[in-house]
Amino acid sequence: MTNSKNMSIQKLLYTLQIADNALILGHRISEWCGHGPVLEQDIAITNTALDHLGQARSLYQYAATQFNALNQEEKKGLFVSSALQSLIAQGKLLDEDDLAYLRDGWDFRNVWLVEQPNKDWAYTVARSFLYDCFNYFFYTELRNSKDETLAAIAEKSLKEVTYHIRWSSEWVIRLGDGTEESHKRMQQAINDRWAYTGELVKMSEADTAMLAEGVGVDLNAIASQWQERVASVIEEATLTIPQDTWMQEGGKEGRHTEHLGYILAELQFMQRAYPNMEW
Amino acid sequence: MSTTARNISKEQVYEWLSSVTDPEVPVLTIQDLGIVRDVLIDTTDNGVPEVTVVITPTYSGCPAMDAIAMGIRMALIGKGFRNIKVEHRLSPAWTTDWMSEEGKRKLEQYGIAPPIRKAVNPLGLFEEDNVPCPRCHSTDTMLVSQFGPTSCKALYKCQSCHEPFEHFKCH
Repeated sequence: MTNSKNMSIQKLLYTLQIADNALILGHRISEWCGHGPVLEQDIAITNTALDHLGQARSLYQYAATQFNALNQEEKKGLFVSSALQSLIAQGKLLDEDDLAYLRDGWDFRNVWLVEQPNKDWAYTVARSFLYDCFNYFFYTELRNSKDETLAAIAEKSLKEVTYHIRWSSEWVIRLGDGTEESHKRMQQAINDRWAYTGELVKMSEADTAMLAEGVGVDLNAIASQWQERVASVIEEATLTIPQDTWMQEGGKEGRHTEHLGYILAELQFMQRAYPNMEW
Repeated sequence: MSTTARNISKEQVYEWLSSVTDPEVPVLTIQDLGIVRDVLIDTTDNGVPEVTVVITPTYSGCPAMDAIAMGIRMALIGKGFRNIKVEHRLSPAWTTDWMSEEGKRKLEQYGIAPPIRKAVNPLGLFEEDNVPCPRCHSTDTMLVSQFGPTSCKALYKCQSCHEPFEHFKCH
């Protein structure tokens, strides 16, 4: 753990964990563009997608800088993607686009919650709400990181996430405390997404290593803040907190649900089919 | 046209940059927005002046930032510069508290309600700003959505003159 090479890899993986959550959730939400229930909400939800995408860009830029500073052996051992292995073998430096568009599913470290399909408005709201409550407290803490770049990204992102948590909380309340039908469907969506929330606050190897370095956030501390916020909104929405359940996990280790593959197929198609194209 | 580093002052560069506007809100210059953080003037080894403009992004995903960086380049190329760098600085994070009073006045004339309080004093979770209508100045207005056509604006409706309007959020 005290190996400094090891620490630079752990910091890179930590940065990618945060970046991948932002990119994949941003992509999922962007699928609503042009399909929102009313114009104002279509605009609102795609605005949040844009925030996530912008945060992902800052994080991938930083991750690329970290990656390029590694030695050749370390670089080779990091990703399974053959497209990236080929660039690494040629000695090329990577940029934000390479990390977003050329990694394979196994290389992504996002949590399972963010890759779950939109289904309907209630499921979309539930996913955003459960994630926003985490993200808000996570970025609040990350502002104190000893790593100046991560702290700066956190300070900036927190302002945007403050709008997100408000938006998704309002919708949980509106639907939960709405009609009989909306109440039923909001409750069902929260119940079905619940099994993916344990992973949000489960410490990965990178989380533990970065916490020890004063770079990362203590997710155990976030867990109670998350629970408190989620419970207060769910109560106001006249909904019920789901019963304890077996928590599904694996994203931080690169294991994913089948859904991530379909997301990447759409997200990465252009760069894979027409390398280096710009538009 | 040729320019040497010797006879360029920071103030001069700032003045040139005042022709660069936000593509989404064209009444505002980048100075009005408060996104120009620094200007550095240097000379390369062969005596060619090099200008670095440090800007801070407004919102992380704001697509206008790329257009603004291009606008800065075009403005300085027009003054004879060839070595131009545009750097991004994330910290301290941009806030509407840096918007100029002149900028706020121009926004209101343009029909967009300017930020009305210091962003360092945040609202509570479900608190809302009482934003006056930029047309009839009534304070009987209502928030339609925190999200508008660009990241920086919210949608409001005036209950007095019944006109919808945009509000540049206190951020």
